[in-house]
Amino acid sequence: MAFLSYLINGLGLGSVYAIIALGYTMVYGIAKMLNFAHGDVIMVGAYVTYFALSLMKLPVLVSVLLAVAVSTLLGVTIERLAYKPLRQATSLSVLITAIGVSYFLQNGAQLLWGSSTKVFPSVISNGALALGGISISYLTLITVFVCLAVMGCLTLFINKTKTGKAMRACSEDKGAAALMGINVNQIISITFAIGSGLAAIAAFLLCATYPSVYPTLGSMPGIKAFTAAVFGGIGSIPGAFLGGLMLGIIEILAKAYISTQLSDAVVFAVLIIVLLIKPTGLLGRKLSEKV
Amino acid sequence: MLKVENLVVSYGMIEAIKGISFEVNDGEIVTLIGANGAGKTTTMHTISGLLKPVSGAIYLDGTDITKIPSHKIVSLGLAQVPERRRVFSQETVEENLELGAYTRRDKEEIAKDLENVFERFPRLRERRRQLAGTLSGGEQQMLAMGRALMAKPRIMLMDEPSMGLSPLLVHEIFRIIEEINKQGTTVLLVEQNAKMALGIADRAYVLETGKITLEGTGEQLANDERVRKAYLGG
Ligand SMILES: Nc1ncnc2c1ncn2[C@@H]1O[C@H](COP(=O)(O)OP(=O)(O)O)[C@@H](O)[C@H]1O
Ligand SMILES: [Mg+2]
Repeated sequence: MAFLSYLINGLGLGSVYAIIALGYTMVYGIAKMLNFAHGDVIMVGAYVTYFALSLMKLPVLVSVLLAVAVSTLLGVTIERLAYKPLRQATSLSVLITAIGVSYFLQNGAQLLWGSSTKVFPSVISNGALALGGISISYLTLITVFVCLAVMGCLTLFINKTKTGKAMRACSEDKGAAALMGINVNQIISITFAIGSGLAAIAAFLLCATYPSVYPTLGSMPGIKAFTAAVFGGIGSIPGAFLGGLMLGIIEILAKAYISTQLSDAVVFAVLIIVLLIKPTGLLGRKLSEKV
Repeated sequence: MLKVENLVVSYGMIEAIKGISFEVNDGEIVTLIGANGAGKTTTMHTISGLLKPVSGAIYLDGTDITKIPSHKIVSLGLAQVPERRRVFSQETVEENLELGAYTRRDKEEIAKDLENVFERFPRLRERRRQLAGTLSGGEQQMLAMGRALMAKPRIMLMDEPSMGLSPLLVHEIFRIIEEINKQGTTVLLVEQNAKMALGIADRAYVLETGKITLEGTGEQLANDERVRKAYLGG
């Protein structure tokens, strides 16, 4: 029974990783870059939600929507100002820029909002659903549900809409996509918008679970979600989903059965083993042979 | 229809196109022949807006399109079949063709054109639900051509459609190019296979390391001593 509830908790944590990993993987899939500032967009989303809830006393849904709007705008702005001028640059320059943006956001937050930890208000009832001997907290239920809904909407969007199809084309060959009349820059903007909006949703779920808000709050979840995206196969949407869930489960099980301190080490050990066996990740496509 | 004037294109410090001018008139097949590295693909990419020239101008029906972004050039009636086909290998044949019509809004006309493409290339109809990456080279070339036709272009640019294909398939592809042209689409064809290209071209230009060195009708160039030596194997 204990195992089952660990599994469910892992699923909850994994759902948050999955939502963040989706942003990572989409941006990688389209812009072919690792957006290391993604975690810090989560942090900004967390602060906005915190201020909306505690200072402005806005309803939960409105607060989250406000955070989504601010994060989306932030993500698109970062892309425009920092990454777009580097479209033709080497991937190393882009990577260094992304790390720079990450520091900029962390220090900016510290400057604006101070370095002390703010306590995120408890907004989701502490209750739990009793289900044949195990209890599942409402928070976990909501988190898993939101993750499934996000994944469902994203899949529909990518597969059914014209913009989604243009995204797939861009992820494969931007030059050919442009020859089809696709506005590649606009597609990249939309991708950043979606990824950053999702980051704000993840921020809310994260803070509802671990209720402290501070300038570097996004770093660890960011790295974990990046790991999840690589684990599942970077660039693959189902991969990010699966990778996120698995990472959460592995982390919680490692905490429960091995050691709390070592859980992160176990997570990364599993990643390394998976990559040794399958270098493209669980659901990653083999790199298309270029002539 | 298409006019290129004193075009200069560089990759960083390297000047790949050193001031070329040529034109393609309504209804013609014009070919640009040249060896590997002559600058053919660079020229094609610049016309489609994937590369921006250092200087010079490109006119489509008198409109200066030099500074127009690539995604807007398609809806002005210019489509390109790129070198190495560049089909979307993870998408199905049908999805590739739909992407060709990306800028169009006329749903019924698009459906008709899809039907026309399938009439022209029956192999594509058989494989419409198959991923493009699983097609043979010849089929991918047909898909790339069909995809460009889906944009309903008035002028079609083709970059080495014969690359990597068997002689039999090359003949088939060239027959289709002539057919597309006869049905009203102007064609700018870039080829290393000079013999085939000069065979169907109304007019031709020879491109050598970024410069146009010769021009004339397809027949004139096919019989030109220098062209025979350099491109037609004596
Ligand atoms: N992306 C690039 N970066 C730098 N040089 C390039 C690039 N693409 C092509 N070149 C150079 O430009 C010249 C023309 O190339 P290209 O237009 O591809 O010729 P062709 O299509 O006639 O074979 C060649 O010398 C080639 O090495
Ligand atoms: Mg070429």
